Amino acid sequence: MAVLTEEQTILRDQAVSWVNADAPVSAFRKLRDSGSITGFAPDTWKSICEMGWTGIVVPEAHGGSDLGYMTFGLLLEELGKQLVASPLYASGLVGATALRFAGTDAQKQNCLPAIASGEAIVTLAIDEGPRHAPDAIAMSAEKTGSGYRLNGTKSFVIEGGSATHLIVAARSGQDIVLLLVDASATGLSREVLKTADSRGYANITFKNVDVAATALMSAGHGKATLDAILDRARAGIASEMLGAASAAFDMTLEYLKTRKQFGQLIGSFQALGHRAAELYTEMELTRSAVEAALQAIDAGSKDVPLLCSLSKYKVGAFLFRMSNQLIQIHGGIGMTDEFNAGFYLKRARAVEALYGGQGFHRDRYARLSGF
Amino acid sequence: MTEHAALETFRSEVKTWLTQNFPKSLVGKAALYMGFDHNVPMEGDALRWRQALAERGFGAPTWPKAYGGAGLSAIEARALGEELAAAGAFNPIPLLTGMGSTMVGPTVLEYGTEDQKLRHLSPIARGEVRWCLGLSEPNAGSDLAALATKAVNKGDYWEVNGQKIWTSGADISQWCGALVRTDSNAAKRDGLSFLLFTMDQPGVTTRPIRLIAGASPFCETFFNDARGDKTDLLGPINEGWTVVKRLLQHERQSQTGAAPIASTGASLSQMAKQYVGVNDRGELNDPDLRLRLASHLMDARTHSLTLQRIAAEARGNPKVTAAASILKNSATSVAQTRAELTLEIMGHQGLGWEGSAFATDEIEAVRGWLAGKAMSIYGGSYEVQNNIISKNILGLPETTQKG
Repeated sequence: MAVLTEEQTILRDQAVSWVNADAPVSAFRKLRDSGSITGFAPDTWKSICEMGWTGIVVPEAHGGSDLGYMTFGLLLEELGKQLVASPLYASGLVGATALRFAGTDAQKQNCLPAIASGEAIVTLAIDEGPRHAPDAIAMSAEKTGSGYRLNGTKSFVIEGGSATHLIVAARSGQDIVLLLVDASATGLSREVLKTADSRGYANITFKNVDVAATALMSAGHGKATLDAILDRARAGIASEMLGAASAAFDMTLEYLKTRKQFGQLIGSFQALGHRAAELYTEMELTRSAVEAALQAIDAGSKDVPLLCSLSKYKVGAFLFRMSNQLIQIHGGIGMTDEFNAGFYLKRARAVEALYGGQGFHRDRYARLSGF
Repeated sequence: MTEHAALETFRSEVKTWLTQNFPKSLVGKAALYMGFDHNVPMEGDALRWRQALAERGFGAPTWPKAYGGAGLSAIEARALGEELAAAGAFNPIPLLTGMGSTMVGPTVLEYGTEDQKLRHLSPIARGEVRWCLGLSEPNAGSDLAALATKAVNKGDYWEVNGQKIWTSGADISQWCGALVRTDSNAAKRDGLSFLLFTMDQPGVTTRPIRLIAGASPFCETFFNDARGDKTDLLGPINEGWTVVKRLLQHERQSQTGAAPIASTGASLSQMAKQYVGVNDRGELNDPDLRLRLASHLMDARTHSLTLQRIAAEARGNPKVTAAASILKNSATSVAQTRAELTLEIMGHQGLGWEGSAFATDEIEAVRGWLAGKAMSIYGGSYEVQNNIISKNILGLPETTQKG
């Protein structure tokens, strides 16, 4: 664990006690069993907003606390441990980041305070097919007399079902532009997805959606801005993934110390002891990559793209392995729905796909390194 | 004065001292004196430089002044290293002392009597005495506590009989620190003591070992009625296992930095581009190799980020901890993977043993690849480190295997 400031320590401790008391994994189970359409419980979301977590990367001038990405990462890690379902990440981190980087002054003034208060849920709509492909945006934003006309489909938009606003990447002539679109716009329809991990994803179709010229985000042109937004999104989800993986590790370690077979604790078997040692080693290494990316963002380092790809790749690899071992080492009980292991496995694969999996980021790391 | 200002003052003192003491003739000669070839003699300017370092305590900068060090904090020592590097200077003393600076010295500091500290530490800090370690035996490798070399109390000295193996630098060392059995009736870890004795005596003979990579610093070392002074037992009698566990933590700590040295990633990918070629998008022509190279560079970067993180968490005062096991295994796999990739990138040119058909760096790659296989064996094998992690860090129950 990185060296934390006093403020970060207080927030982290607050998150630990709140998650354990109010939003443990059993709350997520209840939500799943309820067949929730939004994918989160209103009370949970209300508490999160009241604690001010939605404003952590929102500038103070716009009603946030501007505490930075490392701080946000600490919270997401704690929430990730218990698979807390809420739009905190999608709106508070990704949506707020996109507005900070690409919003016009008017858009910032209108939306950032609403993100911080939780009144608005702003999410990023990038991908259009089954895989993360920010270079293959086909959705069109055709210039009209009064603004733009949008046509196309966005797939697997995180919290897309509950979003009040969407930040949409589209092609306008040769440029990739970002537009801030009201989710209730005419011609916009959303299909809430029932996914294995029970999170609130949606496919969103735009059919001749007309938006005003003021919907165009100011710095929304070009790949560099989009990459900067996506990198912060990747570093954030990596924290949640580290949290989920470390909880999976702790559950597994606990089981190794309590489960008996052949008259002994199974943790005394060297095959399992070494597996645990290797998983622990990988977890410690992964933590360094995840924290380094967040610190680089806060420090404004030129290594942000490289470190964010490193972070998402390493945590993806570890969570993949850890979620499989969670099931394997628990054996039959791990296969039952009554036990929580399955939730972690399902979540692991969903977040792996989000904003680029291991293959995407390894390729990008090589490209950024010049080979 | 603030901590930062004090450090800046220290840096400028070091700079001045370097202009006055570091001989210009040695600029760029670090490789000559800091390489693996231990036989470059310290003469002329090199000898004067070593003496200047020793005079100022910079040979073992963090040791107390009373024992030949400079009493620096870890932060100051790092600054000193940076200033040396910036001036093209280097500190050859740790290498000149074999296992002295990195392992024996820190352990003597912790467990030694005042008399032992005064007698043994200064010669190490001055780079005058080379130490070897007598630990492994032919029948006690990973199961080190099974060792059989005996030390018998002869009244005014200890008499040592037995054989050690993998004693690095035994043929050129003046002193040895050895783990020996002083009580044959006790349980195997309880009858061991750590004894210091001189190598230059009739009862000690050494034989260099040739390895798969060719010549090596390792020796077989034989003790036939060798003698150790009664005042040279390090730590209490029959508590040598505790002493040696600490010593091995220092060893692991000294082996965790292997990856950063080997992680100058740009050069490996540059080399790959030269040997393998690139396509019109600038990507390596071998897409499979490209991805494995990327994985390796990511692992190497992650390892060095972990070293930084642990140093930051220790707030400049790195402690020798159980985390050393994690770092040793990680450093090992990064370094071994790098060696394998280097050979693969070189293709047939990465198979040379000697001769003019191969460039020097190609032959070095082959020798380094072979020599590097030892990394996961020495200093507690990969598997032994995993035992330490699972028992000492994770608290898993003991195995029921006997041994």
